[in-house]
Amino acid sequence: MEYILIIVSAVFVNNIVLTKFLGLCPFIGVSNRVDTAIGMSGAVTFVMVIATIVTYLIQQYILVPLGISFTQTITFILVIASLVQLVEIILKKVSPSLYQALGIFLPLITTNCAILGVAILAVQRDFTLVESVVFAIGNALGFGLALITFSGIRDQLNLVDVPKGMQGVPIAFIIAGLMAMAFAGFTGIVK
Amino acid sequence: MNQLKNFSKGFIKENPVFVLFLGLCPTLGTTNSAINGISMGLATTFVLVMSNFVISLIARLIPNKVRIPAYIVIIASFVTIVDLLMKAFMNTPGVNFEPSLYDQLGIFIPLIVVNCIVLGRAEAFASKNNVVTSLIDGIGIGFGFTFALFLLGSVREILGSGSIFNLKFIQGDGILLFVSPPGAFLALGFLIMLMNKLSQKIS
Repeated sequence: MEYILIIVSAVFVNNIVLTKFLGLCPFIGVSNRVDTAIGMSGAVTFVMVIATIVTYLIQQYILVPLGISFTQTITFILVIASLVQLVEIILKKVSPSLYQALGIFLPLITTNCAILGVAILAVQRDFTLVESVVFAIGNALGFGLALITFSGIRDQLNLVDVPKGMQGVPIAFIIAGLMAMAFAGFTGIVK
Repeated sequence: MNQLKNFSKGFIKENPVFVLFLGLCPTLGTTNSAINGISMGLATTFVLVMSNFVISLIARLIPNKVRIPAYIVIIASFVTIVDLLMKAFMNTPGVNFEPSLYDQLGIFIPLIVVNCIVLGRAEAFASKNNVVTSLIDGIGIGFGFTFALFLLGSVREILGSGSIFNLKFIQGDGILLFVSPPGAFLALGFLIMLMNKLSQKIS
């Protein structure tokens, strides 16, 4: 089925962090511990799916018919920024505990290139609305998979002897490179 | 601080990639060759300088509550300008049907708008300093970013395809790992370690 292919492609073959290089800032910055990684992944999933739906609809029914698709960048990022604000306000009212748990991550998601990247990719690939939603869910799952496994590995680094020059960010990139190598093994499964 | 220091801090002391760890997505995504890296760096520099300029001019007129969306609109407008200009003038495919520069940079051109460097500088610097200081800060940080991209792009191109600026100096392929995603991560990790050691030795 098309949808399963989209999900496998987004999670493994074209993993958004390890293959497409999107969403790297939180990947490096937030992945020191597994629980923060899980929180970030949840927040990203939520925003990514809703943002993709809204931007898709705007592109389909407003930008293209009016011939102003060159304003795509401005419109999309404004939609995402407002969405994040909205999600923050709603979450504060509806579920204060969840808001506390996700707290600092929510404003950071606006500048997450993964969200804008997925929104633009979904439009570029001529997906239908349902395919776009599946694409967004797949990419969010791929982001979460990469982030949580990565933070699991980094968590263990405290127990190991890392050379002084490599401590912190450099060793994180080496680990990411090894993970990317592992994911590169999925190439060719889905065309 | 004097303007010379303002300009040069972007290269080593406050290099956005090696020290501040900002703007990582285009750093890894567009550096499979030196030319791609430099082009991406220059496009980002243009957006950074212009948005620093405009924001330092009108920062006082923007109400505090809407300042982030306002900055985003300003930055997005300049990104759209860069996008359309590159689409028009840098979109010719190569001799052997190689992708054009615009296609090689692909999705990372519109993604300049969420490059943490641009919004970060606008918020932390341009909104609080005068026009000249902000301009020079933008140019310095932008060139520092371009420098980082050039370094990483050259390393990846020399090791990965045995060429520099598209001039091959070996026959056949290099270590293909380096022009693919895993190699980007590895190369950047080692480069950050080297650059930090270097800046420690200098200071």
